[in-house]
Amino acid sequence: MHEKDIQFVEESFKKYYFDHFDLIHVPEKPEQREFGFQKFTGGMNRHISIKNDKELHLFLRNKVPSDVYCSNACYSFPNLPMSEKDWKGADLIFDIDAKDLNLDSRKEHSIIKCTSCNKISKLQDSCPHCNSQKLSVITLTCKDCIDATKNEVIKLSAILSNDFSIAEDNIKIYFSGNEGFHIYVLNSVYDKTESKERSELADYLMFRGAISERYGFKKSSFPELDDKGWKGRMSKQIFGSESKRKKIIKEIASNGESSFQVLLEKLKDTIGVKIDPNVTMDIHRIFRLPGSINSKSGLTKLYCENLEKFDPYKMACFIDDEPIEITANTPIKFELKNKKFGPYENEKIELPSFVAVYMICKGIGTLAI
Amino acid sequence: MITLGTDEITKYPFLAEGGQFLKDKGFSLEQFGLDPDLKNIVDNAYQRIETAANGNIYKSNLQNGSSTESNLSLEVFSFLIAVILLKLSGKNTLIQRFSLAEARRAEKFLEKDLQHSDENNEKLGIKILSELFSMNVEKQDGKFVVLISDYLKHSVHFHEKEWKLVNRHVDNGKVFLTSHEAVRLVRKELASYIRKKINSMSLPPGLDGFDDTVKKLGSIAKKFHVNIVESTEYPPCIKYAIEVLEKGENLPHSGRFLLATFLLGKGQTVEQIEPLFKNAPDYNEKVTLYQLRHLAGDQGSTTKYACPSCEKVKSNNLCFPVPACDKIINPIQFGRKIDA
Repeated sequence: MHEKDIQFVEESFKKYYFDHFDLIHVPEKPEQREFGFQKFTGGMNRHISIKNDKELHLFLRNKVPSDVYCSNACYSFPNLPMSEKDWKGADLIFDIDAKDLNLDSRKEHSIIKCTSCNKISKLQDSCPHCNSQKLSVITLTCKDCIDATKNEVIKLSAILSNDFSIAEDNIKIYFSGNEGFHIYVLNSVYDKTESKERSELADYLMFRGAISERYGFKKSSFPELDDKGWKGRMSKQIFGSESKRKKIIKEIASNGESSFQVLLEKLKDTIGVKIDPNVTMDIHRIFRLPGSINSKSGLTKLYCENLEKFDPYKMACFIDDEPIEITANTPIKFELKNKKFGPYENEKIELPSFVAVYMICKGIGTLAI
Repeated sequence: MITLGTDEITKYPFLAEGGQFLKDKGFSLEQFGLDPDLKNIVDNAYQRIETAANGNIYKSNLQNGSSTESNLSLEVFSFLIAVILLKLSGKNTLIQRFSLAEARRAEKFLEKDLQHSDENNEKLGIKILSELFSMNVEKQDGKFVVLISDYLKHSVHFHEKEWKLVNRHVDNGKVFLTSHEAVRLVRKELASYIRKKINSMSLPPGLDGFDDTVKKLGSIAKKFHVNIVESTEYPPCIKYAIEVLEKGENLPHSGRFLLATFLLGKGQTVEQIEPLFKNAPDYNEKVTLYQLRHLAGDQGSTTKYACPSCEKVKSNNLCFPVPACDKIINPIQFGRKIDA
């Protein structure tokens, strides 16, 4: 990012942290959390202790970080090195990101930026300008992707409350600030579970590792449609209805156990929840701080009170609309605050600041001045 | 604290306060080494260890039906003396085998106690599970129900897929188990409970008369000395990582971490490993060397990073298992064979 772009984005972020401090709070037990931040110019700063909202707001205004993080874990000494922190427990966290859903529609709102010649083009395998294959893929706003990630959040919340008995009030859903959602489970019996156990929880949610002898073969019987947990969900997915169940069981039995095992493994792509297991099993992670801006997009990580009605490109976009001239470059269009922008052919254009910040953060725009 | 009658102590002798039990029955430890009339108990104790060392479970008199009070006491004595003999021998292999065999013996009783229609017995089983292993168990529709979080604490030690949570009946925060499964869940911990109890016990000074038996234990222990032979072949995940790099393709961070920590774990030096990364699209010699030194614990913090587990490798989509991977939990163990 150019110096002038950094300056502009930092100014915009600073203004946001001044105007919207009501959206930014320390989590529960702040004195036990580890905070961390990044600047546009440098690496990660970790092991920071912040005790209350006031300290946090002051910190944001002074440092103007590109990204701010806070641990899901609680420690006795959050600002000491990892081995001396004394881990006391951690919120159970989940990351659902559109990039992990492998949606077909994703191609339509992805573009490439060549790391050799820096040119931006429509999605393809190599750079049409210099043939290089060293490309970074940039994805722009997409309602379908957000809807698909919302569906995964709904699947996750249902299993968390039905199978894991987590009270709905303790499941907190946040828009990640880019292309997905972060889900926190607060004050649960899982706070003390360690990494290996969380990895098992992740496998459960993703329906990974299911074996045929527990879902119909050998000593087990084929699940009923109204069975609890995965048996019921698997049954509904495979059989659909009671009337088809017998016929399909016959088919499964005649195809043999190994093909049933393959079927079970494929089911994870449909009925499994598409979480990033590495996030869930990490008990020392510093996770993006709710209310802070995501420098990948300039959008805010925001609490979703009503997931169904939540429109991140409208509701999580808090940068003001002061016009600014930028050189915009994107072969496809995108939508912010209910307005469509682009395509732009490397052209100078005056746009509202929130669009300029989004484009600079995405790497498809640079200040014209 | 669980209070037990003699018949219960016989089933779970490791729960007894050994010294107190002997005292209550009018014996002292010293007597067993010296009194010829008690020689058969020492012999029984020896047999109990020998049976365990051979991988078998000691047949209890209880199972033969002769459960008189004195027989029950003899049974507890043989356990207590076995522990003394093991302590005197100092042979860890024997202590381990004995603990596991005793755990499996107790498992059978525990399972029966859980199934038993007599409410008291069932309560004892549940109490043992809850007090020894902090696992609260409730009985519901003939099943034993534990909290998911408690279940996971134990189940993560198993490698068989049937213990994965996804293969369990889960509902409303709980896992439903048969009595056999509930008991099987704590086998390892039961064995380690017994082992810890043996290890933490202190011997009274001046114990005489056990020398011959202890010597015999020494020769049993010799049988279990093993040589481990290691093949030099790499596991498929490591071969894959090397292949990707050789082709000049991008290996994700997790793959690079796996490869580097694996080779460091096998004793290779940073300088030997570094050239492998030369074909990486974003190769930078300085950065690579710095990162490798960091992983080796030579730079930055002195933490030496260990090779990630197979489970972690799997979750990073870097696992391509072959049959030889079946019995390992970390790539570093690939190709290790016991040469008996």
